[in-house]
Order: sequence, then C-alpha cells, then structure tokens
Amino acid sequence: MSETTTTTTHSPFLQHHYAEMEQQVDAGKIGMWLFLATEILLFGGLFVGFAIMSGRHHDAFRLAHEHLSRPLGALNTVILLVSSFTMVMAVHSARHSRQRALVRYLAATLALAGAFLVVKYFEYSHKFHDGLLPGKFYSAGGPEPAGQAMFFSFYFMMTGLHGLHILGGMIVLSWLLLRGRRGHFSSAYYAPVDLGGLYWHLVDMIWIYLFPLLYLIG
Amino acid sequence: MRTYVIVLAALLALTAVTVAVSGIHFGSPAVNVIVALGIASLKASLVALFFMHLLHDKPLNALIFVSGLVFLAIFLILILIDVDFRLPEAVPAAFWAGPGLW
Repeated sequence: MSETTTTTTHSPFLQHHYAEMEQQVDAGKIGMWLFLATEILLFGGLFVGFAIMSGRHHDAFRLAHEHLSRPLGALNTVILLVSSFTMVMAVHSARHSRQRALVRYLAATLALAGAFLVVKYFEYSHKFHDGLLPGKFYSAGGPEPAGQAMFFSFYFMMTGLHGLHILGGMIVLSWLLLRGRRGHFSSAYYAPVDLGGLYWHLVDMIWIYLFPLLYLIG
Repeated sequence: MRTYVIVLAALLALTAVTVAVSGIHFGSPAVNVIVALGIASLKASLVALFFMHLLHDKPLNALIFVSGLVFLAIFLILILIDVDFRLPEAVPAAFWAGPGLW
C-alpha cells in the first residue's frame, strides 16, 4: 500500500473513506435523494389509500372536509413556503461563507417550523373538542358517520406523519444552527446544510399536496 | 438570491390561485381535483427545480427522485384499476361501508 501525498489541504470534515471532498459531497447527496424517494413511497401509501376511500365515500369526504379550517390551512401553507425560502437562503449563505446570515436564516426556518406546529396544535384541539376523530373515536354524528370517520382517519394519519417530519426537521435545524454558530460551515464545507435543506423542502412539498387534497377538495 | 425571491412569490401566488379556484364549480368535481393537483404539481416542481437545485444538479439525483414518483404512479394506477374493475365482484359492498374496515 503506497501512501499518495496530495498538495491540497485536507479538510477536517473529510471522512477518511472518501478520496476527496467532492466525492464525499456527491455520495451524501445521492444518499439523501434515495432517502427522499423512500419518503415519497411512505407518504404515497397514504395518498393512494386516500384516493380509494374518497372514491368510495365521496359524499362523506365532502362533508367531512368542510370541518377543516381553510384559513388555518392556507396560513400553514404560507408558513411552510416562506420557511422553504429561508432554508434555501441559509444554504445560499453557507455557500458564500456568510456565517451570520446563515445562522439568522436557520433560526428563522426553525421559528417558522415552530409556528406551523402551533397552528396545527390549535387545529387538532378544535377537532378533539368537536369529536372529529379517526375511526371508532369519531363522535360528531352527522350523515354517513362511517365515511366521515374514515376521512378523519386519513386526516390525522397524513397530517400526523407530516407533523412528525416537521419535528424531525426541527431537530436537524437545531443541530445545523449549533454547528453554524460554531463557524463549521463555509464555502469549503456546507454539505450538512445542503442535505438538511433537501429534507426540509420535501416536507414542504408533501404539505403542498396535503393542503389542497384535505382542505380544499376533500 | 433574486431567483429565490421570484420562486417564493410564484409559490405564494399559486397558493392564492388554488384557494380561489377551489370555490368555483367546474361542472364536475373531477375537474376541481385535476386543477388542484395540477397547481400543486406546478408548485412542487418549482420547489424541486429551484429550491432543491435539481435544475443545475447532477442528473442522477433527479433520476432517483423521479423514479420514486414513477413507482408511486404505478402503485396508484394499478390499485385504482383493481378497485374499479375487480373489487366490486370480489368484495361484498358491506366491506366498504361497515365498521369492519376501521
């Protein structure tokens, strides 16, 4: 085994099993995109189930979706879209070694994620109060209670799984924020910000579909 | 930076459009579904191409992502065909309406 000496400076963030930084970054990106493809399939199962059941319980789904608050759903859509913008600005700042801007944009993204969950909390408590619950827990009555209960099963599973993804994203954002404040990220190395951003945009993308399906058309 | 601002503005505008359009009845509810999902797909494409940088990234990453979507489409289409043409005879109607499914 011959040791090859390179003239380039060795980044402290380069893992020993990669030959160079570019290879490490590319491998990380491929890994993240593969993970995102599995996320599509994870949510995809719920979307397919929703399509089948909304066909079977068409009128009940129409009635049930009227219980959702369009203004709150639209507000959360705006919150997530703006958070995607602040996230991409965080990546942009890291790429140009603007560390203070990076920290500010990450903090803004984290705050918007928190705001999304606060709105969701108010929506959920309202549903709990009215008995608009999944399956056998549904107690709001009305026409076609079986179909309406089915709608709320999907509503809570889809928005609940999405909410867990927001929580997971907030953990990642907090970790990026801590590292950003320590000055770890610059134009030479910002892959974690980039990959965290890809995940965050996917979570936004899923909400882009959930909002019209659940709140607008039912 | 400018591109990101324009994309955000477009995303917010499309959100306003999809909310406004959902109140209109296009004759068939299916048209409303198609319009809503069409606008959602336009928004998702903007996010993927610009915010996730797929437009300027290595094509392999886009291929991986699109392959996920292709398999989701196969999943959805084949299941809907099955439900529409095979299940009515194979499964009693009570299965769909009854509490057993919960």
